[in-house]
Amino acid sequence: MPSSKSEVLQGTLDLLVLKTLDSLGPMHGFGIALRIQQVSKDLLQLNQGTLYPALLRLQQRGWIASKWGVSENNRKAKYYSLTRAGHKQLDEEVESWGRMSTMINRVLRTS
Amino acid sequence: MREFFRTLMHRLAALFQRHRMEDDLDEELRSHLEMAVEANVSKGMSVEDARREALRSFGGVEQTKELYRDQRGLPMIETTVQDLRFGLRMFRRDPGFSILAMLCLTLGIGANAAVFSWVEGILFRPYPAVSHQERLLALTGTARGEAGHTGLSWPDFVDLQRSCTLFDSFFVSQITGTTLSIGDRAERTTGSIVSDNYFDAIGVRPILGRGFEPGEDIGRNAHPVTVISYQLWKGHFNGDPQIIGKTQRLNGVLHTIVGVAPQGFYGTFVGWGMQFWVPVSMEEVFGAGGYKLEDRGARWIEAYARLKPGVTIEQAQNEISSVAKRLETDYPATNRGRNVKLWALWQTPFNNAGTLLPTLEIMLAVVVFVLLIACANVGNLLLVRSFARRHEMTVRLAIGAGRGRIVKQLFSEALILSAFGAVGGLLVAHWCRHALVLLFPARGGVSMHLPGEIDWRVLLLSAGVCLLATLLLGLVPAMQTNKIDLAGALKADSAGVVGSRGRGWVRSSLVVVQVSLSFVLLVGAGLLMQSLQKIRGSSPGFSTREVMFTAVDLVSAGYDAQRAQNFQDQLLDRVKALPGVESAVFARMTPLSYGSFSSTPISVDGYEVPPEERSTVEYNEVGPNYLATMGIPLVSGREFTRADDERAAPVAIVNATMAAQFWRGRNPIGERVQVKGRWMQVVGLAKDSKYRSVRETAKPFFYVPGRQNFTVGAALFIRTPLRPETVAVALAREVHALDASLSPYELITLQEQVDRSTSPQLVAVTLVGVLGALALLLAVIGLYGVMAYAVSQSTRELGLRMALGAGAANLVQLVLSRGLALMAGGVLLGAVVSVTLTRLLGKLLYHVSPRDPRAFGAAFAVMTIATLVACLIPAWRATRTDPAEALRD
Repeated sequence: MPSSKSEVLQGTLDLLVLKTLDSLGPMHGFGIALRIQQVSKDLLQLNQGTLYPALLRLQQRGWIASKWGVSENNRKAKYYSLTRAGHKQLDEEVESWGRMSTMINRVLRTS
Repeated sequence: MREFFRTLMHRLAALFQRHRMEDDLDEELRSHLEMAVEANVSKGMSVEDARREALRSFGGVEQTKELYRDQRGLPMIETTVQDLRFGLRMFRRDPGFSILAMLCLTLGIGANAAVFSWVEGILFRPYPAVSHQERLLALTGTARGEAGHTGLSWPDFVDLQRSCTLFDSFFVSQITGTTLSIGDRAERTTGSIVSDNYFDAIGVRPILGRGFEPGEDIGRNAHPVTVISYQLWKGHFNGDPQIIGKTQRLNGVLHTIVGVAPQGFYGTFVGWGMQFWVPVSMEEVFGAGGYKLEDRGARWIEAYARLKPGVTIEQAQNEISSVAKRLETDYPATNRGRNVKLWALWQTPFNNAGTLLPTLEIMLAVVVFVLLIACANVGNLLLVRSFARRHEMTVRLAIGAGRGRIVKQLFSEALILSAFGAVGGLLVAHWCRHALVLLFPARGGVSMHLPGEIDWRVLLLSAGVCLLATLLLGLVPAMQTNKIDLAGALKADSAGVVGSRGRGWVRSSLVVVQVSLSFVLLVGAGLLMQSLQKIRGSSPGFSTREVMFTAVDLVSAGYDAQRAQNFQDQLLDRVKALPGVESAVFARMTPLSYGSFSSTPISVDGYEVPPEERSTVEYNEVGPNYLATMGIPLVSGREFTRADDERAAPVAIVNATMAAQFWRGRNPIGERVQVKGRWMQVVGLAKDSKYRSVRETAKPFFYVPGRQNFTVGAALFIRTPLRPETVAVALAREVHALDASLSPYELITLQEQVDRSTSPQLVAVTLVGVLGALALLLAVIGLYGVMAYAVSQSTRELGLRMALGAGAANLVQLVLSRGLALMAGGVLLGAVVSVTLTRLLGKLLYHVSPRDPRAFGAAFAVMTIATLVACLIPAWRATRTDPAEALRD
């Protein structure tokens, strides 16, 4: 049976994380993973673990920042939030994603 | 780009806070999982199911952590640190091996670093505190059709300085000496006669007072001023802060001290530290041979020049040569056939740079050999270990380590070894900084100054050598990892055979290389040794035994010509009256010494100087019966007598080469020769002898009576069968009796003088010999290692042979023949290499062919003995094999 769930495309995970933080505000890793799965209607197959190296990568690039906080259930959790550079990066990536998908759609339609 | 650097900084920072970040990660993942469990429970799952589901959707906690760690730090560095730690642990577990390996590398790298530091300190940057030495060049005169070099005359120097445009500056630095009383004893002190721009030109500022001022090098004896060295200031003048303006008697003339040179500045002469500097105008006071500043024929100056930035030595040489050409036309009498040559500092033909250059060049090659031999030895040790560690390697491969990772581990271990070797080697080099001086005898109680210099260039080169060693060492065991097969590893070691060509071939070929390299060094040492014997054994044309000489420094004591003459006459009478003394004579110059003979253009009746030939000839001012005292045969005519004094007609004695050149073989006796405007009658013909160096070719030379050409400075030659120590005591007594304030210098035989003048050859022999012995030792260790291992690995074969009736003699023969076969391979290879390489010794060899069969034979004999020694213990072990036990295993 062909898998109905898509693997997360290389490089798109960063975009998804940035977008999620943009709409939710500061959030912990579990929340981000949950949100991505909900929004994608469980069509994305995401190993939640792979989120963490991505979060670290974004942090190293200065697009997100992290801070220990307390969750809604009174649990200690690390909260991530977009930085100013992160906002700019998100805008750029959204735009380039748009360009890319338009282009791919056009190619698919014409052939 | 900014992100790249930001990432790099984060990763670097992560290297140093691993523990905190690890805890952080644990906590974050734990909180994630617990939130997931809670969420699942709230959906109605049981707690177990909730946990299982949470873990499943997380997808592997340990893998995540591993990925996270790779992203976090710098995995390259982290694994390298791991490898290094592991390597250190391995070495600590096997200290015998580690110490032996590190010792070998310490010797190999240390020999390199020591020679680098000598090359740096003696050839490339010999003058501490002098700025821009890379643009400094040495200047000498050359004569067409004649090898070697001369000094420059002062008028020529001034003309060069005036006419050349491609140079920042020209300066003179001519070694001289005086006797200073330090405390209650007199000590010979070296100093320099320099041009007035000296201190400015080399960029050295006196710490007290001043350097010389423009114009202080002009005028005969016009500027009795001196700058003294820091050591002299501290030692002789007790660091007197009021020293400037005080006076010091130097060679009888009161000099005003105008400056003190900074600490760590030793002047510009390789081999001796300078203690004082005087301007050229005072030359007559220090140089024997009279006033020379207006004499274009007197070539006594050692000079340097500094290029302007960006000018090449070729451009500069062209300019210099064109000026020399002009001087040749303007002053044919003195300058015909003369040019001026520029030399890079390391090629300086005068001072001890000139004498040590060929030796140091050879040493650079020799230490590379020693390094290779040391690496081969350690490589062999590592190989033995790599067999022992095959199990470990196999296990690592089996649990998934990449081959690259294992190779990296092996190179890390090699790096540890060579790094320790490099540190040890630099220590060795540091201890050996002053070692060269030990090989030169102190002269007149003053030892030489030949420091090695360990600066960043030497450190860089040593690091390079260390990396090279690492590569060589890591290579062989790394190649061996290709041979590991996982299946075979479980099987027991298969038994080897003593003569087998199996996997031992790498080790055997390493040993062959070692043997061949040390064979080359042995041949080189043998050739140099023979050459030294030839040099020291060859007749210099005068007797070396039973003739000794010394001097009394009348110049420093301030004697004028009249007093000096009286003193010399009286001393001569007293010395001749001593029991055992056969004859004695004064002469200005001692043969084979560093100073220069007088030289002059001459003209001879009926001899037209051909346009390509120069007529300048060197001569010596000698007393009555000089030739007989020295043992130089008189071919015809007569010696000088006491009657040849200032009132008598001027006379001269010429040597055979001069007679052949200027009188074309006719008997010169009775002919005339014009010297410095005076006609002299030739009264004697002497056989040729050596004048400046044992290795020189025959050249024209003549003698004039000391009485007719008097100089205050002169050496006293004594012919006697007594020992120098005995004569010295009596001589000192006689000198004291004449003037209580004087004492003679060291009294040495002419043989000693020959030996001292050939000490660079002795240095070469000693250094190559020591390193050759070292190389031989390393090769023997290597040979022993291979043979011992081969025997230990082939007990089954040996046992079988014994069981079949082989006696101890057969087994010994088996082992020895294997060892000798390895040696034969090495010697063959070494002989081929030697034949091509020993030509490099050319400059150091004297009357010895670089392919001299005796040197090769001796090296072969030494190598054979060494091989037998190396095989002895393994052979004995082989005979102790217990056949029953060997076959049962």
